[in-house]
Amino acid sequence: MRTNFQQWVASGSPWIWMTAGGVSLSLVMVFGLLFLIAANGLGYFWPGKVAAITVQGSADTQEVLLGEIADRETVSATRVRESGAKVPAGIDTVERFLIKVGNRDMGHPDFRWVAETEIKKIEYPPGVIVAERTEWGNFYGFLSELRDGGRPLPGASLAAKITQCMARSDALKAEIKQLERIDVGHINAGLERLRLRTRALGKIEASTARDEIAAKRESLEAEFAVLSDRLTRLRKDAQRDTLVLETSSGQFKDIPFDHLVRVFHPNAMSWAEKVVHYVQKVHEFTTDEPREANTEGGVFPAIFGTVLMVMVMSIMVTPFGVIAAIYLREYAAPGLLTSAIRIAVNNLAGVPSVVFGVFGFGFFVYFLGGSVDRLFFAAKLPAPTFGTPGLLWSAITLALLTVPVVIVSTEEGLARIPRAIREGSLALGATKAETLWRTIIPMATPAIMTGLILAIARAAGEVAPLMMVGVVKLAPSLPLDGEFPFFHLDRKFMHLGFHIYDVGFQSPNVEAARPIVYATAFLLVVIIVALNLTAVQIRNRLREKYHAADH
Amino acid sequence: MQQTIKDPNIEIDAPGEISGTMEEKQISHRAVPLEMPLDNVQDAMQTESFRVNNLFLYYGEKRALNGINMTIPEKQVTAFIGPSGCGKSTLLRCFNRLNELIGGVRTEGEITLKGENILAPSVNVANLRRRVGMVFQKPNPFPKSIYENVAYGLRIQGINNRRVLDRAVEQALRSAALWDEVKDRVQESATALSGGQQQRLVIARAIAIEPEVLLLDEPASALDPISTLKIEELVYELKQNYTIVIVTHNMQQAARVSDYTAFMYMGDLIEFGDTRSLFTTPRKKQTEDYITGRYG
Repeated sequence: MRTNFQQWVASGSPWIWMTAGGVSLSLVMVFGLLFLIAANGLGYFWPGKVAAITVQGSADTQEVLLGEIADRETVSATRVRESGAKVPAGIDTVERFLIKVGNRDMGHPDFRWVAETEIKKIEYPPGVIVAERTEWGNFYGFLSELRDGGRPLPGASLAAKITQCMARSDALKAEIKQLERIDVGHINAGLERLRLRTRALGKIEASTARDEIAAKRESLEAEFAVLSDRLTRLRKDAQRDTLVLETSSGQFKDIPFDHLVRVFHPNAMSWAEKVVHYVQKVHEFTTDEPREANTEGGVFPAIFGTVLMVMVMSIMVTPFGVIAAIYLREYAAPGLLTSAIRIAVNNLAGVPSVVFGVFGFGFFVYFLGGSVDRLFFAAKLPAPTFGTPGLLWSAITLALLTVPVVIVSTEEGLARIPRAIREGSLALGATKAETLWRTIIPMATPAIMTGLILAIARAAGEVAPLMMVGVVKLAPSLPLDGEFPFFHLDRKFMHLGFHIYDVGFQSPNVEAARPIVYATAFLLVVIIVALNLTAVQIRNRLREKYHAADH
Repeated sequence: MQQTIKDPNIEIDAPGEISGTMEEKQISHRAVPLEMPLDNVQDAMQTESFRVNNLFLYYGEKRALNGINMTIPEKQVTAFIGPSGCGKSTLLRCFNRLNELIGGVRTEGEITLKGENILAPSVNVANLRRRVGMVFQKPNPFPKSIYENVAYGLRIQGINNRRVLDRAVEQALRSAALWDEVKDRVQESATALSGGQQQRLVIARAIAIEPEVLLLDEPASALDPISTLKIEELVYELKQNYTIVIVTHNMQQAARVSDYTAFMYMGDLIEFGDTRSLFTTPRKKQTEDYITGRYG
């Protein structure tokens, strides 16, 4: 007779519980990770309250620190004592606070640990001003005065005047940026073309051509002189107004408005104003360029670089993988060689990505890129065009890394197409190639898309090989702009994955960079999910379209 | 239509006329006993479509067809019956050389279509398959629209003129008795049709390219009785224009639709004759056992 337990085992319940447990564990891990990076990253944009903390110094001196409480932790009292702070005897553990005091240019670091026992009182004065600057980080202080060209403005309704001055300086900065980016960039590109033409002429005595170039150069240089004159005036104009802030220790600081990104009173902001501020900060983060060694500002160039690189990679890996899979599945005679190729393809997927990076650097960048330069861009040498790491080589390296995935899933897809469909097409007088093109490959597109989804997921998260074949900390220009040929696949680019590594581990100001690391990680995950969802959507639509009859 | 269409009933009323010994000289080195007479289905009024001469087929080492000799008459329905694994589908698939898709298949002997040996290596297989259409056991529409399914064979031939295609598609669907059911939704997916409709669609697809011969490999075995009836009616209609060879498991169906029947067993052609006399007065014991349900 079977016991209850044996019956329970035979019913399959333990297996159901076990498999369900596995799924739950995976879900908990995925959502836990997302929650961790979202919680740490998204809080960064919220305007924190600025506290005025009165700290008891070593002697009878008192000091007021103005800043945001960035972190707190409990440490042993001995450690705090050794760091110089006073802790009464008989206490084992002390809570200490990390205060972001900013004002990096006033001669002290912008983060400071303060033990709980040192603090005499904490206030949140409503008049505190946070000035986000383009350099030197945040400035915390109280409004002293507003100067217009060196002359102080009368005291009433200064807040409204700050807004006015900000708007004026923002407009001027936008104009300067437009001039620098578009017009000066255009002139520079023109000059570069002329320089290359001169070099191409070499020693040939072609005076008419030379004269023509010289004339063009002169006109471009004249244009540039006008522009640079205008830029100087604009810059000077933008510096007209200054904000004078007083620190908690009574020092004064003049900040020209063109150095200011935004000015706000965090302690006096209503909830709605904070939401607006939050949205603005998120917008800045996703659409602006980084400042201050990537620890402030936005990550737009990194988003752009990541997405463009993944797209170029997809364009390269799909046809390559599909063609290889078709050959292996449809044409290659089964035998030792075919199996060897299959094994090689599968092993390719297991090679560490760094190895691909080294290979890409040696083969693509030096060998291929160098040859391309000698053949087509000889005029620019020794300055390399393609013979240097760039977006194209990164995309190709990652395509190589991910091609096994596409091959394997395309082969699976081809194998799953019912023989009846092939025979139906052949019986109508189609050749094998016609059958492939008209019926089999369209029906295999969902499987091809599955391969592409897996390839994207792998490629978007890859950083190590990219460091060798094209990613940089700060790219001076996007790989897409208004200059011919618009797509500059030879340029170096920024990448979110590398951005995380760089900001998190190579930054001089680790504390300031930490929230950015989380925010960037969250953004990278969001982008990968978005890319994948798009591909899944396309695949589902294809699957519906090419769903063969099952009855 | 250059050909007189014989009413099968008239022929069956006079079975004595169609007996003969024309094929007997070809059976010299066959595996089957010599004294077995081959039934001659040829008569003076009929032209031949396929002629099979001493056909052997091997799957690797295994022999699947054992020296088949037969003549398929034009614009008649010829049915192949026999138990599973007897080689009837294999023989059918020799007529459009679809067996070649399977690795390790070797054939000996010859099959002529209008006098031309279609097993010769020089034959363009795609052209052959345009002349010899085929319908399979399970409906296999492509995951495209009804229209594109029917137009498929024509597009393969490079015909992309919209008006030509429209006319051909309509005509093929009418011939397959499907037009009235689908005329308002020819652009919809073919996979949404019912099984019986799909099978008629597949027939329409095959006849859209106007083949000479239509091979039907158990076309109704996956269908319900009403759809089966429709297919059988269709076969009766189609034989006016096409030579039809049908493989079936169902002896009633063979008796209903065919003019001639071939009974196969273990790779041998046991008996071949006009349907009425094969079913009423079989000459071979094996045939009789099979059609009376004693084995198979």
